[in-house]
Amino acid sequence: MAAIAAPIPERENYLNKEYGIKSWLLTTDHKRIALLYLLSITFFFFIGGFFALLIRLELLTPAGDLVQADTYNKLFTMHGQVMVFFFLIPAVPAVLGNFLVPMMIGARDLAFPRVNLLSWYLYMIGAVIMLYTILTGGADTGWTFYTPLSTQFATNVIGAALSIFVVGFSSILTGLNFIVTVHRMRAPGMTWSRLPLFVWANYATAIIQVLGTPVLAITLMLVALERIFKLGIFDPRLGGDPLLFQHLFWFYSHPAVYIMILPGMGVVSEIVSCFSRKRVFGYKFMALAVIAIAVLGFLVWAHHMFVAGISLYAGMVFSFLSYLVAIPSAIKVFNWTATMYKGSISYSTPMLYAFGFIGLFTMGGLTGLFLAALGLNVHVTDTYFVVAHFHYIMVGGMVIAYLAGIHFWWPKISGRMYPEFWGKLAAMIIFVGFNLTFFPQFVLGYMGMPRRYWQYSPEFQILNVLSTAGATILAVGYLLPMLYLLWSMRYGKIADENPWGAVGLEWMTTSPPTTYNFDETPVVTWEAYDYEHPPLREVPVER
Amino acid sequence: MFENLPLWPARASTLAGNVDALYIFLLILSGFMCLAIFSMITVFAVRYRRRAGVEAEQIEGSNALEFTWTFIPLGIFLVIFVWGTIVYFQGRTPPQGAAEIYTVAKQWMWKFQHIEGQREINELHVPVGRDVRMIMTSQDVIHSFYVPAFRVKQDVLPGRYTVAWFHATKPGTYHLFCAEYCGTMHSGMVGSVVVMEPAQYEAWLSGGGASGSLAETGQGIFQSLGCSTCHRMDTQGRGPNLTGVFGKPVLLEDGRTVTADENYVRESILNPGAKVVSGFKPIMPTFQGLVSEEQLNALVAYVKSLAQPPAGAAGTPNLKPPTSQTPKTTK
Repeated sequence: MAAIAAPIPERENYLNKEYGIKSWLLTTDHKRIALLYLLSITFFFFIGGFFALLIRLELLTPAGDLVQADTYNKLFTMHGQVMVFFFLIPAVPAVLGNFLVPMMIGARDLAFPRVNLLSWYLYMIGAVIMLYTILTGGADTGWTFYTPLSTQFATNVIGAALSIFVVGFSSILTGLNFIVTVHRMRAPGMTWSRLPLFVWANYATAIIQVLGTPVLAITLMLVALERIFKLGIFDPRLGGDPLLFQHLFWFYSHPAVYIMILPGMGVVSEIVSCFSRKRVFGYKFMALAVIAIAVLGFLVWAHHMFVAGISLYAGMVFSFLSYLVAIPSAIKVFNWTATMYKGSISYSTPMLYAFGFIGLFTMGGLTGLFLAALGLNVHVTDTYFVVAHFHYIMVGGMVIAYLAGIHFWWPKISGRMYPEFWGKLAAMIIFVGFNLTFFPQFVLGYMGMPRRYWQYSPEFQILNVLSTAGATILAVGYLLPMLYLLWSMRYGKIADENPWGAVGLEWMTTSPPTTYNFDETPVVTWEAYDYEHPPLREVPVER
Repeated sequence: MFENLPLWPARASTLAGNVDALYIFLLILSGFMCLAIFSMITVFAVRYRRRAGVEAEQIEGSNALEFTWTFIPLGIFLVIFVWGTIVYFQGRTPPQGAAEIYTVAKQWMWKFQHIEGQREINELHVPVGRDVRMIMTSQDVIHSFYVPAFRVKQDVLPGRYTVAWFHATKPGTYHLFCAEYCGTMHSGMVGSVVVMEPAQYEAWLSGGGASGSLAETGQGIFQSLGCSTCHRMDTQGRGPNLTGVFGKPVLLEDGRTVTADENYVRESILNPGAKVVSGFKPIMPTFQGLVSEEQLNALVAYVKSLAQPPAGAAGTPNLKPPTSQTPKTTK
């Protein structure tokens, strides 16, 4: 940990201010906590990715011949749980959000720095329990824990449920911290309407985290209690209702997907603006859209249950609301496109990722329209069509946005530039690998291949082979940034405060920043994304 | 059209074409939207690429554009919503008079009971050109009955019946998949639906089923479990006369009125205290654990058969609607 970067000899920054493991494990600096999270989630990304590779290798052939059926069921369960709870949900908020939100509003840290550290420790406790669960065989309930399978059959349910229960509190505390920070710690002149859209996105996400995650915690607790004490909450033989679980679970897990995607949308807004050298088109609508998505996202959960045994009329209500929540997302795509109009566009690595995000998120979002259509949903739900849909959004959208943000803010975080050639190459490999992996799955789904199948009917093989080929290409694409970003920490070109010429308070401090970000509290006198009159290099302060 | 393109399964039911039509519409719409957005982005990225001396033009926004691209998509989405709802209601409202097949799903197989008495495991024979209604329950966890060629899917739950229906249009053999993850051999819980010409189907029906129709089996269980002791065919029983009950409204002790459907009959056997008929005492014992899912299906089929007393049946009492039954038990 000590020699994490070769620091600029004269200048003190948050990385070289103090060395030693204690200075990292007991830090309250939001930037160091962000890096702690970066290490943790990257570790879990590769674990979850490894499970995915095994899944795709098994699916090369129709027969179940690589692993046993139970093992396969554990692989897809652990892939889902690890990726959702230990990578996707924390990725942008806990890494990029932690690092940048205080700087973007001119604050020296989050509102509750020690709670921030506690969030990371809760994540790590959950992580240890999850690792224990994996090492003792892994759960095999599917990431969705449906009852009565999870309460009466399945294995390792308590371990998995407990780990997610704990890591949920990490998410809740981060959300709480962000809400208070944005309300109370904005520098003078940083009004709500001047906030970068990345801050708006994390704010909306934080609301969902605080309101939704407790429901998941309670639901998982009920599953554990039923499993241990046979309470009869979900078991029909004891008077319970298995559908109750689904309502409770999806009440959180649908908003959870917006926790995953909204911060990514915030990243894309920052990048599209910077690399078009233009203010974001329709700022007010963009800010309102993330709030609308957060609110409407709580109203659509039963679109996961159209064939579960709910009434036709309930189905109608949730289908209608699902179409409503699609509108603000569509608005965002149109506004990003319009931002590029008459811009001055550079094809830097972050911008390539942003292009990829817009394209793949559009495709994923459009297939959401297919799924929200009741009559069509009946045929494609529980098939690979759904798998493709959510991977387009989560991997094609969210992971790409995360990588975009990592590259965009890498100079600020590390003080170094990554090698541009490798950055662009990795972005393109990821784009190609991703599409080859997941596009065939739409076709597989409509053809009728169900999800979570260890063995499958032979006519589905060719599309599965294409998908596995794509997955190996994608794996290479993901390994590259790991390697060159690490390389750049020692050998990368030294970055100045604002290598991209972007507008934003975070670009008006040193790269890397000092522990308290700014020498004095800045005073903001410009609108967000004011590329017409970019503010001075020096942060203006009150004199 | 395009039956041989590996883009969709065979269309073998009346519903399939409707579902595919909506799908194709959405494909075209999405294709158009992707083309529009991607080409605009490409054109902008090329036309407005960074060049020395050329500044970006700062455009704040346009309310007119925002409203346009809010309300036009909203309109299109509402059209899709309505279309999808119509197809959903069609696909999930079984017509009257459909032939009925009881299904019990268990880890990891499908068990079918035809009304005529045939039992099948993992293979389901149905006639072409007839409405078929599946009355399904699970013995353990949630499963899902999925026939891609029919575009039909319905989760199968423990503790209650769920229903799916279809009208097969093409003879052939089609995949049946379990579509709700149910444990170790979820991917092995597969089978076939064999759609037969009517004549062949009749022949197949008469060839199997040794033990009589499902309702006859149910009658046997009704007697052997002692149900007929209280549920007599006259007005003297401690329990309601079940003749003509099925499908009719029932007035309960607490004032509610419910319809005596399959779930009502099943619940009354397993949890009789849940809905006590008006004028009767809650003294029926539960048969939970004493009767299997298949036996329950047979009992339900039997009670259903009492709705229409067979022509010329001797001694069948007058079918008074149960709501007007007066209490007859005396303390």
